[in-house]
Amino acid sequence: MISTYYNSILFERTEDSIKKETLDAPVFFADLNLDQIIDAITAGRQEYNLKPFFYSSLNDNDAIKYRHEIMRDLENKILFEHIKSFAQKMRAMREHLAQADKLHYKYQKESWFLDAVEIYCDAVNCLVHDLTIADLKSRGFFDFREYLTNYANSDRFTSLLAETKKLKADLSTVKYCLLIKGNSIKVRKYESEIDYSANVEETFEKFKQGAVKDYRVTFSDWLEMNHVEAKVLDLVAQLYSDIFLNLDNYCTKNGNYLDETTGVFDREIQFYVAYLEHVALFKRVGLKFCYPQISNKGKEVYDYEGFDLALAYKLITENSSVVCNDFYLKDKERIFVVSGPNQGGKTTFARTFGQLHYLASIGCPVPGSEAQLFLYDKLFTHFEKEENIKDLRGKLEDDLIRIYNILSQATLNSIVIINEILTSTTLKDAVFLSKKIMEKIIQLDLLCVWVTFIEELASFSEKTVSMVSTVVPENPALRTYKIVRRPADGVSYAISIAEKYRLTYDCLKERIKS
Amino acid sequence: MKAFLMYKDRDFDLQRRLPPNEQALTQDLELDTLFNAMALGDKFLFEVAEKAVLTGLNDDLGTILYRQHILKDCLKNSSIVRDIYDIAVESIESKKKSYWGWGFSKYPSSILYGSIEVLQIFVSMLKKLKNIADEHADKFESEGFTAFFAMLNKELSDEYFASIQNHLSELKFRDGVLISAELGKGNKGTNYMLRKSHDKKQSWMKRIFATKTPIYTFYISDRDESGARALSELNDRGLNLVANALAQSTDHILSFFTMLRTELAFYVGCLNLHGRLAQKGEPMSFPLPIAPGERRHSFNGLYDVCLALSLEQRVVGNDVNADNKDLMIITGANQGGKTTFLRSIGLSQLMMQCGMFAPAESFSSNVCDGLFSHYKREEDTTMKSGKLDEELSRMSNIVDNITSNSMLLFNESFAATNEREGSEIARQITSALLEKRIKVFFVTHLYEFAHGFYDKKMENVIFLRAERQSDGKRTFKLIEGEPLQTSYGEDLYNRIFGNTC
Repeated sequence: MISTYYNSILFERTEDSIKKETLDAPVFFADLNLDQIIDAITAGRQEYNLKPFFYSSLNDNDAIKYRHEIMRDLENKILFEHIKSFAQKMRAMREHLAQADKLHYKYQKESWFLDAVEIYCDAVNCLVHDLTIADLKSRGFFDFREYLTNYANSDRFTSLLAETKKLKADLSTVKYCLLIKGNSIKVRKYESEIDYSANVEETFEKFKQGAVKDYRVTFSDWLEMNHVEAKVLDLVAQLYSDIFLNLDNYCTKNGNYLDETTGVFDREIQFYVAYLEHVALFKRVGLKFCYPQISNKGKEVYDYEGFDLALAYKLITENSSVVCNDFYLKDKERIFVVSGPNQGGKTTFARTFGQLHYLASIGCPVPGSEAQLFLYDKLFTHFEKEENIKDLRGKLEDDLIRIYNILSQATLNSIVIINEILTSTTLKDAVFLSKKIMEKIIQLDLLCVWVTFIEELASFSEKTVSMVSTVVPENPALRTYKIVRRPADGVSYAISIAEKYRLTYDCLKERIKS
Repeated sequence: MKAFLMYKDRDFDLQRRLPPNEQALTQDLELDTLFNAMALGDKFLFEVAEKAVLTGLNDDLGTILYRQHILKDCLKNSSIVRDIYDIAVESIESKKKSYWGWGFSKYPSSILYGSIEVLQIFVSMLKKLKNIADEHADKFESEGFTAFFAMLNKELSDEYFASIQNHLSELKFRDGVLISAELGKGNKGTNYMLRKSHDKKQSWMKRIFATKTPIYTFYISDRDESGARALSELNDRGLNLVANALAQSTDHILSFFTMLRTELAFYVGCLNLHGRLAQKGEPMSFPLPIAPGERRHSFNGLYDVCLALSLEQRVVGNDVNADNKDLMIITGANQGGKTTFLRSIGLSQLMMQCGMFAPAESFSSNVCDGLFSHYKREEDTTMKSGKLDEELSRMSNIVDNITSNSMLLFNESFAATNEREGSEIARQITSALLEKRIKVFFVTHLYEFAHGFYDKKMENVIFLRAERQSDGKRTFKLIEGEPLQTSYGEDLYNRIFGNTC
């Protein structure tokens, strides 16, 4: 019996494990573009069904640390490649099993099954070896290594391996001859007859003059056999009846060869592999990732050189450059009020804030050179829906109902991200409603990002911090996509445009001749 | 098996790239006239002549002599050489005829049977070749032909012909096809290999009864079409390699015949040219090539072979001794034979270097590493550049490719500007070329340029002048002499317009 502390590479404790895997993304995924991010990360790994892992956040600091440790171990390139190679073998194994399932002739199915087991044994042995030489720091890998080593040394595994090898070796000794004449085929063992092709080649050797066309025909090698091949194989099986009897027995006996824990590891480790491979895309162009400090008490948060992971992915594939932004909240500060010119990166900033917190909550490194993030209990987003609803009153009402629902569900430890709401009413109304909502948020002491055109909110209280999207001073039409901590004057932007058209006060004085 | 009739130790490569200035040379020396005389309307002979003449510049002294000797043998035994050439041509043609497209077949069995058929023809051709060798080898003296006949004798013995014949009949597989196989992925048969039964005399069936190993037999029923297809595929897998070997052997033998034809084509071309010139009574001689580092150029009765080929009457030959000269400046009367002379210099050099006879009573010169020509061209019709601009750009291309010990023929170059400037350009270019050990022949009207060199009284420069008799008639002969101020344009004017004054 194998005894170990190992539970899972994703969860240290059994009670943390996901009770019921869900394929439904959290509601805020679309607003924060997290759906795009997770799609990109899990692309090409459908067979592992990784999304449930990415849909379940952890609410325990230690559970996050457990994953950080594993991530850090995997940042060792050698170990990472070893894990990938393990995954590749397991994938090959599954493909072999699937193929065995599809085929019709018994000895062919059995051969594919045998190969699958051989690949599996190799995968396990290699991984044990690779983990043994690896300098592991994480609890997760440490425990798993112990588990796997024990398994690889168990009778169950070693006898499976020995049988497999013996059978492969035996089958490779099979060599037979066919004599084809008219419509008859004779099958018998090979008796060291000479290679006639070589013999003929030798005779004509003296005419060789440099390279000539290759006349060899490439036969389409279907995996399936035709009935003539199958008949031949049956006769070969009679010629070598011992070997094929062993093959039959082997397959009957070893139907359940796969170790469950190892199989689960193969799936779960892909959570890390997928994420780190995604991260590598960004690191390659000089963008940074870090393991955030996670706090569940203090609400001081910061991130330097952060970026929107979904947008950056798009920009990189277009070979465009990515603009990073910094933020911090200290002391009593809780709320970012983001204003400034449109298309200047305000929404991106809001999304980044949400993405960072969510990714941190599933134990992943986040965009940025250094970060401290809050371990929230619930994350709410309220983004304006793109389609314009005809009934303006309806939309305003809808906005308010949504914000009411959010605020009534939110706790002291929640995060709220609001993007351009209350646009469908008069400014006076909007200011009034916004202030009311802001009061509630402040009262709940929520962490919040609020993108708005209502500058009054920026200096609402000591809890609010004003962030402004910026433009290139000489050419206001150019956005920098930098969001900076600055009072929301709104004027500097207008002034720079005026300067550009020489419409400032001073300019006009000069231009207008008296 | 190699013919080795162009090089002692390697094939003649028909795909070899021509020198980059091939077009200019062909145009300036009117090489097509020469090639046509060698080809007599045969496209293949033309192609080989062109390649051989133009790539001869890269061959060494030994190769020149090697070919000269072979060519002498050819001149002595022209009908035998033409017979061998015809065998090569016939072999190549017969393969083309029997080529039922099996070369592109997807079925090794049909590739195999097609190859056997072609090989039967090739074997009979090789036998013919062998017979000629047996009968006539002693009439040839050159190293090349001696080795060629010895090779045929050695490689194509009667026993060898017998063993080929044996294979060709065995490959018809009257006793069935024996194939070995192993188990591959998914226990599918793999590594199908054709095998030869142990005992030829004893049939397979008899052997079966003699041994104790079990043998299982099954039959594909007549109605089982997919079974029949599967069976013939198994058969084809077994035949794949041997079919390839046989098909490749036909290719190899074909390429032997092709090479033989190609290499002989050069000599057949020489025979054609020789016949033509001999008929006219023009002199020909085997030239004496000298190492490239030396400076030799001496000849008697050197004529422009292309002019000779296009005129009914005999042409005028020139005698010059320009040994130890690096620069030859040719001046003198218009239409006095300067261009013809310059062409004869280029042609004789090319002919010598590819191993041919020279169009002269006697000829000797140092081998050059490259031959370049820079001729005055027609006005550029594309309006892209001015004339001098165009000339200098061509000159620049030449400079990109030229090496020391090359030879450069200038024909009225750099005359597209006034004489002083043209002379200065010519002087600077020529001086630089001489320092780089390039042999220069310069036909020019640039008096300042020509006389400037004359005044320097350099040992390594020779001056030739188109001769003009006192009555103004041209002899088309060149004599050594100081460059003169006028090129007798007046003469020309007078001849054309008549002397009316």
